[in-house]
Amino acid sequence: MDLDFSAAEDAFRAEARAWLTAHVPDTPLPSLETEEGFAAHREWEGTLSADRWSVVSWPEEYGGRGASLLKWLIFEEEYFAAGAPGRVSQNGINLLAPTLFEHGTDEQRARVLPSMASGEVIWAQAWSEPESGSDLASLRSTAERTDGGWLLRGQKTWSSRAAFADRAFGLFRSDPGAAKPHQGLTYLMFPLDADGVTVRPIGRLDGKPAFAELFLDDVFVPDEDVIGAPGQGWRVAMSTAGNERGLTLRSPGRFTAAAERLTRLWRETADPSDTALRDRVADAVIGARAYRLFSYGGVSRVAAGGSIGAESSLNKVFWSELDIALHETALDLLGPYGELSDGAADAPAHGGWAEGHTFSLAGPVYAGTNEIQRDIIAERLLGLPKGRR
Amino acid sequence: MRFLLDDEQREFARSLDGMLTAADTPGAARAWAAGDTTPGRALWGRLADAGVFALAVPERHDGLGPLPVELAVAFTELGRHAVPGPLVETVAAAAFLDRLDDAAASARLPQIASGKVLVSLCVPEAGSPYALDADTADAVLVVEGDTVRLADTAGPVQPSADPARRLARPLGGAVLAQGPAVTAAAAHACEVAALVTAAQSLGLGRALLERTVEYVKQRTQFGVAIGSFQAVKHRLADTLIALEFAQPLLHSAALALAEGADHAAAEVAAAKVTAGEAAYAAARTALQLHGAVGYTEELDLALWIRKARPLRDAWGTPAACRARVLAS
Repeated sequence: MDLDFSAAEDAFRAEARAWLTAHVPDTPLPSLETEEGFAAHREWEGTLSADRWSVVSWPEEYGGRGASLLKWLIFEEEYFAAGAPGRVSQNGINLLAPTLFEHGTDEQRARVLPSMASGEVIWAQAWSEPESGSDLASLRSTAERTDGGWLLRGQKTWSSRAAFADRAFGLFRSDPGAAKPHQGLTYLMFPLDADGVTVRPIGRLDGKPAFAELFLDDVFVPDEDVIGAPGQGWRVAMSTAGNERGLTLRSPGRFTAAAERLTRLWRETADPSDTALRDRVADAVIGARAYRLFSYGGVSRVAAGGSIGAESSLNKVFWSELDIALHETALDLLGPYGELSDGAADAPAHGGWAEGHTFSLAGPVYAGTNEIQRDIIAERLLGLPKGRR
Repeated sequence: MRFLLDDEQREFARSLDGMLTAADTPGAARAWAAGDTTPGRALWGRLADAGVFALAVPERHDGLGPLPVELAVAFTELGRHAVPGPLVETVAAAAFLDRLDDAAASARLPQIASGKVLVSLCVPEAGSPYALDADTADAVLVVEGDTVRLADTAGPVQPSADPARRLARPLGGAVLAQGPAVTAAAAHACEVAALVTAAQSLGLGRALLERTVEYVKQRTQFGVAIGSFQAVKHRLADTLIALEFAQPLLHSAALALAEGADHAAAEVAAAKVTAGEAAYAAARTALQLHGAVGYTEELDLALWIRKARPLRDAWGTPAACRARVLAS
């Protein structure tokens, strides 16, 4: 058992750090949930991609570095420690790309992945529907067979990044007569500027259009944009859903960097006699450390030939609650300045804590609610009987 | 980087688990609480044969260690089985004597390694003026400031919330050593004590979770197993999450201690508070989900429930640990 990095891993860290030091903007980019910020972040994806830092774990042929999962964790630690911008491409990189690597064709990979890596095409996830959130298999949008492809109809909602994104991927009911809700679903990619697509941005809690509703009215999708076999969409989607909850959505570097910033804030501003607040700072620091070490354990298991299955539900509940605790503690340390939104001139840290707090509040909801994750933990990891939800 | 226990460490845990399961450890704990230490001492001898105490003793004094990672593995199992006695204190005393001087160490460490002596250690500045099982231990070391004395008498035993923990304020005794070496050795011993207490807490929490999961699968209400209720499931899921994230902190702290790293103190403190809180929360959950029977003394579950809070607070309260995390 050890936590020692190899010389190659240390060299990789040093190279990443040097590149980030030279390239990370001095002033944070505007929020990626605004039109201006979205464009700036797209440009940043291009900067990352030009030096092959946008998708380090991908094979070289698609713009990556073929880096191990551990090197990816190292890169993420350096990325967040450097205060680099949020990733506008993350839906595609973390959710669609793993699906294509596992279920896509060579043609699809060659066509989709390079423009995803460079930020030329930004992807939105179109899974949820108005009546289908946690019970995703109840979705009602349809894909009807037509000459050379499919016609999509229906409504998707809470689609992250869809207000400004270029394309989307999602599940559609292609066989309404299937015996069970999980059957007869097909996984498709489609353009958001196609005929028949209406995008209605939805303001999140802070008013920014962080997601959108999509209305689909006979939207044509060619056969080459079906991922996996028609009718097998559920299996295709679920084989990679664990990625979202588990390691790749929220790498530990995000929280260790936030915990560092929180500790600095506490040292600079806190009343030393306020031990209640001190204890919360300590708990956030410990939580970030625990999450990092737990991730190293997961990476070690994968490297030893194991896999991350239902354990990703442990991660999801943990990081989402940790994220809120980190930001709430920061706002409490900021006192009256904690109320200022990220658009306010006086907002500390360019409003990073304020926007981070708003974002963190969604953590227990998206990527599978924490209630569903706790059910998975109880049933699959503890072996408790299924019951009514 | 391979942050996983190796096969040998896992096998060591499995063999201790098997031995403690077969040995009627709950019976030994109940006897210990009632003042009969015979079964507990017999268990102690078997733990020594398995090498548990030798892990805290360096090779030059007939030990195998010091091996903090293996100690953490062993103490997780001791916690899982609620083994009674001054286990933490004996291991911490070994760390103390090893750092103190060779004469003191060579006189006592081989006997600790072989399981012949139980030692209690009391460092009031680390939190508690009481020595655990001072009436049973073969030697009681008391460190005050830069002075360590070998207590003459245990002092009257005062009952703990966990009856298997017998507390006393040791009296009198000759000075064994004095000076900065004592202070430094005691600081190191307190870190070892905090680490293995954290390990015990983790094991205790795992035992409480395992027993409660089994119980809720069998106990029915409204015609179904209570383990099918979402409120029950979610509480147990949270218990598992807390324990799963405490474990890597414990192993990392053990590695830091093994390396003598500067950040070891903060890491041990982080592991101690997290494992202690997780185990105490597991005890609350176990009691709640067992219902009224969980609130009884006769169910063996009581042995674990009553230990959770004292272990959480021994060798570093949560507040002290949190302060230490931020001190680095």
